[in-house]
Amino acid sequence: MSKRKLPTQKGLSRRAFLKTTGAAVSAGVVSGAAAELLNAQSTAKNKVAGPGEVPITLRVNGETHNLNVEPRVTLLDALRDRLDLTGAKKVCDRGTCGTCTVLVDGKAAYACSMLAIDAQGREILTIEGLAPEGELHPISAAFVENDAQQCGFCTPGFVMACKAYLDRNPNPTEAQAKKALGGNLCRCGTYIGVRAAVLDAAARMKGGR
Amino acid sequence: MASEKWPEAGKRSLIGKRVTRLDGAVKSTGRAKYTYDVNRKGMLHGKLVFSPHAHAKIVSIDTSAAEKMPGVKAVQLMIEPGKEVLWQGQEILALAAETEEQARDAARAVKIRFEKLPHFVADAPPEKAGQHQTALAEQVTGNPDQGFKEAEVTSEGTYGCPVITHCCLEAHGQVAEWEGDTLRVWASTQNVSGISGELVDGLKAGGVEVPASNVQILTPVMGGGFGSKFGADTWGVACAQLAKKAGRPVKMMLERDHELMAAGARPSIYARVRVGAKKDGTLTAWSSESWGTGGIGPAGNPNLPYVFTRIPNRRSRHTRVETNTGPARAWRAPNHPQMCLITMSALEDLAAQLPMDPLDFFLKNLPFVIPERAETYRQELVKGAELMEWKKKWHSRGDKTPGPIKRGLGLSIHTWGGGGHSSNCNCTIRPDGSVEVFLGSQDLGTGTRTVIAMVAAETLGLPVSAVKVNIGDSKFPPSGASGGSTTVGGVSASTRRATTRALNELLAKVAPALGVTPDKLEAACGTIRVAGDPTKAIAWHQACAKLGTAAITASGQRAPRGPDELISSGVGGIQMAEVAVDVETGVVKIEKLVAVQDCGLVINPKTAESQIYGAMIMGVGYALYEEKLMDETTGRCLNPDMEFYKLAGIGDVGNMVVHFMTGPGYDERGVIGLGEPPVISPGAAISNAVANAIGARVPTIPLTPDKVLAALEKVPRSALNDSSLRSEQEGGAA
Repeated sequence: MSKRKLPTQKGLSRRAFLKTTGAAVSAGVVSGAAAELLNAQSTAKNKVAGPGEVPITLRVNGETHNLNVEPRVTLLDALRDRLDLTGAKKVCDRGTCGTCTVLVDGKAAYACSMLAIDAQGREILTIEGLAPEGELHPISAAFVENDAQQCGFCTPGFVMACKAYLDRNPNPTEAQAKKALGGNLCRCGTYIGVRAAVLDAAARMKGGR
Repeated sequence: MASEKWPEAGKRSLIGKRVTRLDGAVKSTGRAKYTYDVNRKGMLHGKLVFSPHAHAKIVSIDTSAAEKMPGVKAVQLMIEPGKEVLWQGQEILALAAETEEQARDAARAVKIRFEKLPHFVADAPPEKAGQHQTALAEQVTGNPDQGFKEAEVTSEGTYGCPVITHCCLEAHGQVAEWEGDTLRVWASTQNVSGISGELVDGLKAGGVEVPASNVQILTPVMGGGFGSKFGADTWGVACAQLAKKAGRPVKMMLERDHELMAAGARPSIYARVRVGAKKDGTLTAWSSESWGTGGIGPAGNPNLPYVFTRIPNRRSRHTRVETNTGPARAWRAPNHPQMCLITMSALEDLAAQLPMDPLDFFLKNLPFVIPERAETYRQELVKGAELMEWKKKWHSRGDKTPGPIKRGLGLSIHTWGGGGHSSNCNCTIRPDGSVEVFLGSQDLGTGTRTVIAMVAAETLGLPVSAVKVNIGDSKFPPSGASGGSTTVGGVSASTRRATTRALNELLAKVAPALGVTPDKLEAACGTIRVAGDPTKAIAWHQACAKLGTAAITASGQRAPRGPDELISSGVGGIQMAEVAVDVETGVVKIEKLVAVQDCGLVINPKTAESQIYGAMIMGVGYALYEEKLMDETTGRCLNPDMEFYKLAGIGDVGNMVVHFMTGPGYDERGVIGLGEPPVISPGAAISNAVANAIGARVPTIPLTPDKVLAALEKVPRSALNDSSLRSEQEGGAA
């Protein structure tokens, strides 16, 4: 059984959680995460969502999707189970391994650690949106060419983390690349290929596209 | 006629070339559909309820509330009330609901009453394991007492590795779908051709009869196995049962905590070792008392000493400790990394005591390895030393460079079998020139698919892109499970034979048009041509057009056992590690790892290299970070997650150099598997490098900062030339 507590179960409702964060805000200790939650709160106009399914709208890979999910559904589960976008993988399901990495408003995010309802109004890019089916984005091409994958289960997460990073820093050194991809884990041990792929991808992206 | 023998070095068009992985694009674009990604119409989500206790009797199971929960469609008991559960994570029941969230809610609503029973989960030596142990018979060769008398230097130490897990990124699991009385199962498995029987038996025990011919297993891609995915598993059977009951497809993937508790562990092995040598370094005697736990069942019986199996006088004894923890499964090179760590650490400690450079010490004692491998090891040690700049960098125990960063070198030697599992391949050549091969094998990420295509294309004189490889389906000709590094041997032999036979049929059809007998023909460069006269050639497509309407189908086999001229078994490898240890924090950093490996005829150096890099990286993980921690009081696993069950990250692994022993003297042996051997040595090489750096042995891996600092407590500060070290404890009285 998962140890993750449900927001609807004893103790902590989503509403109470938001209230707590609100209290923290009024006490003047606004962290980045608290500020984000406060945003979500104001968009929701203090309405309690759930516990049943609620209609939400997600912008994924440039398309608008209307779907019904329980408020506790993560962005990852919404993508995988509702939209059949299975490129982002579910492994640790608690923000450690990076296999679920997607881009939210251009920044790398662990889709397992964000609620689908909180992803509304954001531009979400999954690996399926990186290039049309049958085509290779230069980053994917660099991963293929440098054999930066074995079983491949971590690969989409690495590719997306790499995309977010190269968008920010198109000229990385190998040392920077190692640091930038430190939030993604691989069990087969493809890091030597991944290091080469990041640098190769940077070169490819400058060469066009 | 084409011969099935491997072509000679000068005549290979593809074998030995760096060919890019064929499924690279589908994986790196996120389009590959793993079992976890299969979403079928109307599919339900399964969840397991498992024992929270290490040992308990199940008094009662009440599913009435769970069955009434929203979305719940089926419940399946996996153990009856009155029975005992023997480890935390043992499966009790499975259920399926419309959504994952509903299934999770329902799993929580199941009420189970347990009567807790005494448990034992300690990874303890025999003197602390009470009745939870079985002593195996002592093995004695020569006269160990005499051998130790002859020794001029002896070294004693305790070494070992704790239990670790497989932690495949794709969890264990299946998607089951019934269509009438046929069952289709997508399974994350290393054994596509082998698990339907187990499913059939499991279903039959639950009252559902289905012939094996009605069961299809599909594994087009899979997210890592490492030895933990050979069976259908209890949850695979339950998944099919739930799908039958609900009349809808069911997906059942383990959650991460359950994955780490129940779906794979490597046994711990520890040993108290005594080893003796003459002053010139010649080994005279070995003695070891080892123990370890493979969880609830028997597992992990080491053969010590490792590699140096012919030390003249030796005694070894092993005690198996049984614990209430999830059963062990084969972990990449079962027992070898543990045996290697124990043996190579003990030998390196002896070398330090002599004192002698371990490189010279290992070279000196090569007469005590099996004779057919001694020369390989010698060449590999010499090559590795060159790549590591061993003679330039090596120093005696304890880096005397001022400052807190101490560097050191270590080395290790390993061996593995390989060989080839049984495999069947069908090859079809169609009149339009298209070629397909079919094997009930699987690609774990090792590059199997690409190797099959290369062998087929090499045989037929075609580019890799001209061959369609069909694997990952139990309806294809059976091939063995991917274990023991036997896949590449099995599939390359069967594919070579099937494609050679198909080609010979084609040559017979084409020969009249070229005015020669078939035995004068060869397939090369996309043509069928007269051997030695490339002007007499016909393009592949034209040649195939002569088949009229009848495609050719031929089959080839790697027999279940016995010698096979296309493949061999038995490899040797050496690895060397360079580390930097911060003696103030105890943190070990990998600077460089060198692997020199023999694996016969290398088909695809590109993916083969990746296998070695990957194995060394996995080795860094278990050398520095990985340990499955059990709480002795509660009997529960303390780190069933990926925050505290730590894998190596991209910044942790240092620089790596891989060198293959290939070419004359190696290629003639044929193809030999590679997946396992290079994962054996990293723990030993890294542990030896740390001992060399800090001047003391850290007895067990992982080499975590606390253990490194504890070992440093025993090192006189003068040995590391560092006046700042531990001056408080020692009060400056060095």
